[in-house]
Amino acid sequence: MTLISVDRVSFGYTAERRILDDVSFAMESGDTVGLVGESGSGKTTLLRLLLGLARPDSGTITFDGASLDPRNAAFMRQFRRQAQIVFQDPYSSLDPRQKISSIIAEPLRSLRIPGDHRQMVADALSSVGLDADAAGRYPHQFSGGQRQRIAIARAIVAGPRLLLADEAVSALDLTTKIRIVELLASLGTRMSLLFVSHDIGVVAALCRRIVILERSRIVESGDTAEVLARPQHPYTQRLLASVPRLSLKDTRS
Amino acid sequence: MSDVAASPNRRRGIVSLTLMAGIMLVGLHIAIGLLTLVWLPYEPNAFTGGRLEGASLAHWVGTDRLGRDLFTQLMIGSRIALTVGLGAVAIGATIGVSIGILAAFASRWLDDALAATLDILIAFPTLLIAMLVVAASDTASLGSAIVALGIALSAIVARLTRILAKRVLVMDYITAARTSGSSWPKIVAIHVLPNIWPTLSVNFALQFGLAVIAEASLSYLGLGAPPPNASWGRMLQEAQGTVYTAPLGAIAPGIALVSLAIGVNLLADGLRARIDAARTLS
Ligand SMILES: Nc1ncnc2c1ncn2[C@@H]1O[C@H](COP(=O)(O)OP(=O)(O)O)[C@@H](O)[C@H]1O
Ligand SMILES: [Mg+2]
Repeated sequence: MTLISVDRVSFGYTAERRILDDVSFAMESGDTVGLVGESGSGKTTLLRLLLGLARPDSGTITFDGASLDPRNAAFMRQFRRQAQIVFQDPYSSLDPRQKISSIIAEPLRSLRIPGDHRQMVADALSSVGLDADAAGRYPHQFSGGQRQRIAIARAIVAGPRLLLADEAVSALDLTTKIRIVELLASLGTRMSLLFVSHDIGVVAALCRRIVILERSRIVESGDTAEVLARPQHPYTQRLLASVPRLSLKDTRS
Repeated sequence: MSDVAASPNRRRGIVSLTLMAGIMLVGLHIAIGLLTLVWLPYEPNAFTGGRLEGASLAHWVGTDRLGRDLFTQLMIGSRIALTVGLGAVAIGATIGVSIGILAAFASRWLDDALAATLDILIAFPTLLIAMLVVAASDTASLGSAIVALGIALSAIVARLTRILAKRVLVMDYITAARTSGSSWPKIVAIHVLPNIWPTLSVNFALQFGLAVIAEASLSYLGLGAPPPNASWGRMLQEAQGTVYTAPLGAIAPGIALVSLAIGVNLLADGLRARIDAARTLS
């Protein structure tokens, strides 16, 4: 079943410059997809459109068969429960003035999700491998990797079907990176995962399918193993050639 | 190792010294101001002694031209200064924060227009704007002085709020709040205001000091609260003619004014240092 379908979407922040140009791709429910492209190629912009934070200039995006329209408040309320995001910078993604408990509970409160919020926060914390007593502390008391776990806990607390990760491991050191990738991989068995990265090695380790974005256009997509073994587009070939072989092996093992 | 561990403590020590001095000076004025509500040494307008008496046990800082007790007037001056400072900052903060937040959310051209307007307003001296507002209202009163200073301060608060709010609004936790379904008013209330509050509060303390001095200036120029409100500014003005024969009449309100202004600035400095220390910790 198709969860997301992006159909001929174009977008620019200003009229002069297109950031996304005629982009189309689809994602199956339950799949793990890697979106790869150099910095500035438009990956974050595409995620913003997928989250309904901005509207395409042309083209359509559908989620679960329904058109994703940010102006449709009733649809967005339902949609927000189902799609959540984890960001790259663990220092900017948690409000420094809020306790971890209120940070993680924000989707529950704002989306008026019924249930014992305190218990749900505790469950989310344990899903990401943090102690329950983290709830009473503040972001500055945690390391980058722990903060990223907290951000993941906030993203999954409302039980979304789709998790978007925007360079979620790029700012972490190698050991932490591997741990968080493992965590995302385990979450990927429970929900659909769209993993954005400029690091092909990590995508190879984590994602079944891969989409390659080059300067506002999708140049290639398909099965990760297949694309990596037989890249068709010259850009993909160059991208692969520039990956140090060692790091590819490292992250896979 | 040991001096690395000791340095934050040492800095915290200096921090609390500044803060303590500020709290003590401002606290003294607050205590005196509150005391005047229930007790005064003399009836403020009663002729309780000879004219222009020097300091004595009966009149701690002497009397004025009409034989009224100066210390009583100084005490009332504390209350007036604090009332004006608090009132002006409350009005300036309410107007300023609202406009600043609005500008931070406004479309490009509205934001540019607001920013330019604020810059022009700020280029005018606070006192000049306050004088214009007082002049525009029919009668000089305590209320009109407070409103005038509040409006004059609001432009500075608005500009600061706008910059601080914009800095917060680009943070990922704001995007996370949006994808969590939080409305913009809610985001302002639970994310933006708490994050800009530490810096704003330091600025409010500084504005308070400015307002106290500006009120004294307005009163000095005869644009402040009319008698029987004793204001340090008016005391200074009244003592001007007799500054050589009875210097205490000018010195005492001068010291009162400066001590409150310094106290408020020490408080602001202490608060800022505390916030900086908290920031380096995190
Ligand atoms: N808010 C914005 N306003 C204008 N231009 C932007 C904005 N955000 C990103 N861009 C531009 O869009 C392009 C793509 O950015 P982005 O989607 O963040 O790329 P990526 O995530 O792949 O690094 C970049 O050239 C960037 O400068
Ligand atoms: Mg990006």
